[in-house]
Amino acid sequence: MGSVEVDSKPTGRRWRLHQSAMVVLWVVVSLTIWAGLHWHIRRLSMRKAEEGLVSMCDERARMLQDRFTVSVNHVHALAILVSTFHYQKEPPALDQETFADYTARTAFERPLLSGVAYAQRVVHAQREVFETQQGWVIRTMKRDPSPVQDEYAPVIYSQETVSYIEALDMMSGEEDRENILRARATGKAVLTSPFRLLGSNHLGVVLTFPVYRADLAPDVAEEERVEATAGYLGGAFDVESLVENLLSQLAGNPEIIVKVYDVTNASEPLIMYGPDLPDGFPSPSHISMLDFVDPFRRHNMVCRYSKKPSVPLSAITTPSGVFVICMLVGYIVYAAWNRYDNVKEDCRKMEELKKQAEAADIAKSQFLATVSHEIRTPMNGVLGMLDMLLDTRLNSTQKDYAQTAQVCGKALISLINEVLDRAKIEAGKLDLEIVAFDLRSILDDVISLFSSKSREKRIELAVYVSDDVPEVLLGDPGRFRQIITNLVGNSIKFTERGHIFVQVHMTDHSKLITEQKPDPRINGHNDDSISTPALVSANADFDTLSGYEAADTRNTWENFKQFLSLSSHSTENGSAHNSNSEPVTLFVSVEDTGTGIPLHAQSRVFTPFMQADSSTSRNYGGTGIGLSISKCLVELMGGQIWFVSRPRIGSTFTFTAMLQWCERNGAEEMKKDAFDILPSCFRGFHAILVDKRPVRSVVTKYHLQRLGISVETVGNVDLGITAWTAEKGKFLPGSKRRCIFLVESDSSGGKNGSFSQDQILERSCNGSILDVPKLFILATSELEKKKFPGLSENAYIMKPLKASTVAACLQLGLGVDLQNSNKNGNNIEGPSLHGLLVGKKILVVDDNRVNLRVATGTLKKYGAKVECVESGKDALALLQVPHKFDACFMDVQMPEMDGFEATRQIRLMEEKANEKVKTGDYEAKDDEVAGMDWHLPILAMTADVIQATYEECIKCGMDGYVSKPFEEKQLYQAVAKLLAPADS
Amino acid sequence: MASTQLKAQLNDLLNSMFAMDFLDEQFKQLQMLEDGSCPGFISEVITIFCDDAERILSLITELLSKPVVDFEKVDAYVHQLKGSSSSVGAKRVALVCIKFRNVCQESDKEGCIATLHEIRREFDELNKKFRIMLQLEQQIQALDSKR
Repeated sequence: MGSVEVDSKPTGRRWRLHQSAMVVLWVVVSLTIWAGLHWHIRRLSMRKAEEGLVSMCDERARMLQDRFTVSVNHVHALAILVSTFHYQKEPPALDQETFADYTARTAFERPLLSGVAYAQRVVHAQREVFETQQGWVIRTMKRDPSPVQDEYAPVIYSQETVSYIEALDMMSGEEDRENILRARATGKAVLTSPFRLLGSNHLGVVLTFPVYRADLAPDVAEEERVEATAGYLGGAFDVESLVENLLSQLAGNPEIIVKVYDVTNASEPLIMYGPDLPDGFPSPSHISMLDFVDPFRRHNMVCRYSKKPSVPLSAITTPSGVFVICMLVGYIVYAAWNRYDNVKEDCRKMEELKKQAEAADIAKSQFLATVSHEIRTPMNGVLGMLDMLLDTRLNSTQKDYAQTAQVCGKALISLINEVLDRAKIEAGKLDLEIVAFDLRSILDDVISLFSSKSREKRIELAVYVSDDVPEVLLGDPGRFRQIITNLVGNSIKFTERGHIFVQVHMTDHSKLITEQKPDPRINGHNDDSISTPALVSANADFDTLSGYEAADTRNTWENFKQFLSLSSHSTENGSAHNSNSEPVTLFVSVEDTGTGIPLHAQSRVFTPFMQADSSTSRNYGGTGIGLSISKCLVELMGGQIWFVSRPRIGSTFTFTAMLQWCERNGAEEMKKDAFDILPSCFRGFHAILVDKRPVRSVVTKYHLQRLGISVETVGNVDLGITAWTAEKGKFLPGSKRRCIFLVESDSSGGKNGSFSQDQILERSCNGSILDVPKLFILATSELEKKKFPGLSENAYIMKPLKASTVAACLQLGLGVDLQNSNKNGNNIEGPSLHGLLVGKKILVVDDNRVNLRVATGTLKKYGAKVECVESGKDALALLQVPHKFDACFMDVQMPEMDGFEATRQIRLMEEKANEKVKTGDYEAKDDEVAGMDWHLPILAMTADVIQATYEECIKCGMDGYVSKPFEEKQLYQAVAKLLAPADS
Repeated sequence: MASTQLKAQLNDLLNSMFAMDFLDEQFKQLQMLEDGSCPGFISEVITIFCDDAERILSLITELLSKPVVDFEKVDAYVHQLKGSSSSVGAKRVALVCIKFRNVCQESDKEGCIATLHEIRREFDELNKKFRIMLQLEQQIQALDSKR
C-alpha cells in the first residue's frame, strides 16, 4: 500500500499543476470571450449611432438647403421686380419709398434675410450725373466719399432694416466687389464667404443678384452680360439664426451638434454656424454637402453627438452572462473531472484491497485446511483412547463423562471433516471418481441412515427413482451420497411432521412438468375422487406424500401422474441410447414439510457457515457448512442446485447432476456385487396395495416392483378385496403365483377405522384357505402397531421403505410359506445340487474359520461329506495321491501358501502320479482309482470375481471358481461342470 | 406362551437387524442351512465369527500401534475380516472393511485408526445383538426341550 502511495505522489502533483494551469487558461479564455463580445456589441451600437447621425445630418442639411433656396428665389423675384419697374418704365416706377414699402411688406417671404438693398451700376463717367441726380455723394463702406473708381455700385434702394447702407458703394468692400463681379458674369445668385454682419453681429453671408436691363438668353457671353448689367440686388443671410431656427423646429435632438462650414477653400474651412467648442472627445461625425445655389461656393454641414455616446447596458450584461456561464461550465467540467479522478483512485484502492482480501481468503483456506488436518490427527488419538477407555471398567459417572467427551469429539471430527472438504473444494483439489454404481441402492443406504430418526419423529421418509433412470451409472457414488445425505439430514433436522421425499428423474421430464404447471396452488385439492372422503383428516388436504402441503408442488398427484406416464413412455424408447457414454442429467429433489427457510435468509442459504438465524444452531445444531459443500459438489458434477421454500410449509431442494451411462458389461459386473443384490424369490408375486395417497402408493409400488412384484393399487380395503377376488379368478389352481395384501396404516378402511385379517377372511367370499393373501401393514412408527391388535409382529413393514427392508419383512412375514416355496425351489434346483453333491467327499481349504464353517455348512446341507483344512500346506498333505476326495474348494488368498500356489503343487503331484500310472510303476490298489487320471476338480473361492482372477485361476490349473459367500445358482453351475451327476 | 413371546422378540430383533442393515441376504441363507440337519449351526458360526473378528481386530490394533505400520499385513487381516463378515452376512462390518482396505492401500495411518474404531463400533454393536439373539435362542430351546 505504502509503495503505491509513494508512486502516486509525483503524478498527483503533476496532475495538480496541470489542473491549475487549466483553470487559469480557462479563466483567460473566458475573459477574452467577455472582452470580444463586449467590443462587438459596442461596435454594433456605434454603427447604429452613426447610421442615426447620418440620417439626421442629411435631413437637417436638406431642410436647410430648401429654406435657403426658397429665400434665394424670393430675392430673385425681387430682382426681376426691380428690373421691371425701374428700368423698363420711363420714368422709373420705383423709388426708395416704394421699394422700402414693398420689401417691408414682403419680408415674411424672406425670413432668413435680414434685409435687401439694390445698388445701381454707375461707371465713373456717369458718376457726376448720378451724384447730382441723387443728391448725394457715393461713399465707400467706411462712409468716406468714394475715391475715383472705374465703376461704382452705390445702394439706391434699401429695405428699412438696412437703410444704413444707402449710398454706400458696394464695390468698395472687397467681399462685395468680388460678389458683384461674379454675379454679373454668371447672371446667377452669388454668395460671399461668411462674415460678421453689421448690426446683428451674427455670422452671415451676403447674397448678390445681378439685374440686367433686358432679358438675356441663358447662353450669352460674359461681356454682354457685363454690358447689360443695370445693378445688383443683395441681401444678407443671417445663417446663424437660420440654422438655429431650423434646429429649434427639430426639437428632441439636442444631442446633435451641427456646424456649417464654407469650404470653398478646402484647406481653410470657414465656419458659418456652430458653437466654437473644442471637439473634446472622439465622436462619430458626419459631413453632408449643402448646395446654396452659388456653384462657386461650397458648403457643408458637420454633425456630431453632443455627448459621448453611452456604452449600451447589454454590452456589459451579455458578456458578463456569457462569462458566468463559461465559468460555470468550467467548474462543472472541473468538478466532474475531479470526481472522476477520485472515483478512479478509489477504484484502484478498492482493487488493491480486493486483491488483499482474496489473498487473505486463500491464506485462510490454506490455514484452515492445515489446521484441520493437524487437529484431526490428535483428535483421532483422543477418540481412540476414549473408545478404549469406555471398554474398561468405569463407574456410571465416569462412563457418562467419557461418553460425553466421545460424542463431542465425534462432532468435532465431523465438523473438521466438513471444513476440510470445503477447503479442498475451494482449493480445487477435490476430484470426482468415475466408477459404476447403482443409484437406487445408494438412495436406499441414505434412507436407512435416517430411518431411526424418521421413525422417532414419525415422519414419512420415502425415495423414488423413476423407471427411466438407468440402473447403473458412472459417477462418484460417495459424493452423490454425501449431497443427498446432507439434504436429507437438513430436512430431517427441520421437519417435525409430514414427510421427506427424495425423487430422482431424468431432467427433461421434470422440466416439462414444471412448465406445464406454473401455478402450484391450483392442484391442491382435487383428489377426493381417489381417497375415501370419510377418512380425509383436517390437515390432509394436500395431495402430497403425507398429505401436508409442500413448498414446491411438483409432487402433487396431478403432476406426478403426468410424469409417470411420460417416464414409462420414454422407457419404451429408452433402449436407443444404451451403449455410448453420453452424459445423463439427473434431476434430484428432496422435499420436506418442515419449518422452511425464512425469506430473509433464503439468499444466503448456500453461503458457508450461514444459518437461517443464530437461534438455528441453538435449536438444531450443525455448522451450516453442509449446504455450501453440497452446492460445490453439485457444481463439480456439472449441475446446479436451487430450492423453493415457504416458511412453515416446507422446502424443496433440487439439484441436477451429470453422470454417464455405463457400458453394458460394466453394469453386469456391478450386478454381481453381492451387497446390492435383491432377493429374486418374490418374482411373480402379486400385491394389492391399499393406499389412499396416490403419491405414496407410487413410492411403495416402486420398491415392490424392484423386487419383481406386480402391484395393483386401490383406494380402500373394500376395493382391495374386490380386486383380490377378481385376481383370484385368474389364478389357475396350483399356480405358484402368490398374492400379498399391503395396507397403509392410515388407509385401513373399515368404518371404525381399523380391521383385522379376519375381516378380510370374512369378506373374501369363502375363498379356500390356501388362496388367502398374506396381509401386511405399512407403518410409519411403532405406535401405529397398536391400531391393529389382532396382527402378529411380522405383519408390519416399517417405514421408510426400501427394497431390501421390504424383502426382509416379506420373507419374515411369509415365513413358513416362503420356506415352502424355497423347498419347492429346491425340488427344482435342489435335486440337481443335492444330486451332484450327495455323498461326495469334498475338501474345503480356507484360512478364515468363519468362511470355512459357513462353506462346510452349506455343502453339508446338500449332502456332501466335507473335510476342512486351514492352510494350503495342510491341503497338500491331505491330497497326497491316492486320496478319496471328489472335489476341492480352495480359498485364493491365504497366508503362507495361497490358493494358486497350492493348486500348482497339487497339479504337479497329480502329474507325477499319472506318469507313474502310465509307466506302470504305480500299482492300483483300489478299484475305484485304478485306470483313471488323477485330476482333482479344484474350485477357487473368491470374493472379488473379476476377469483377472478368473484367468489366473485357469492358469494355475484350477477348474473354475465360486463366489464367496456361496450363491446357490452359481455354485450349481460351477459344480455341474465338474462333477457328473451320474456318479450318484 | 413364554416361548412364543420369546420367538416374537427374536423375530423383532432379526427384523430390526435386517432393517438397519446389520445383516443381509447371506444371513438368511445361513438361517436356511440351520433347519433340521445341523442344529446350532448359526450359533456356532456366529461364535466363530465373533471370536475370529475379536482376534483380528486386536491384531490390527496391535499392528497399528507400532510406529512403523506394516500396511500389507493390516490389509491381509482386514481382508480376512471382510471375508468372514460377508460370509456371515454382517453387512455393515463388511462395508467398513471395504473402506478400511481403501484407506489401507493409501497407507493412511490416521485413516486406518479412525476406520478401525469404526469397525470396532460396528462390530461391538453387532456382537451385542448377536449375543442377545443367541441368548434368546437358547432360552427358546430350553423352553422347548422342557416341554
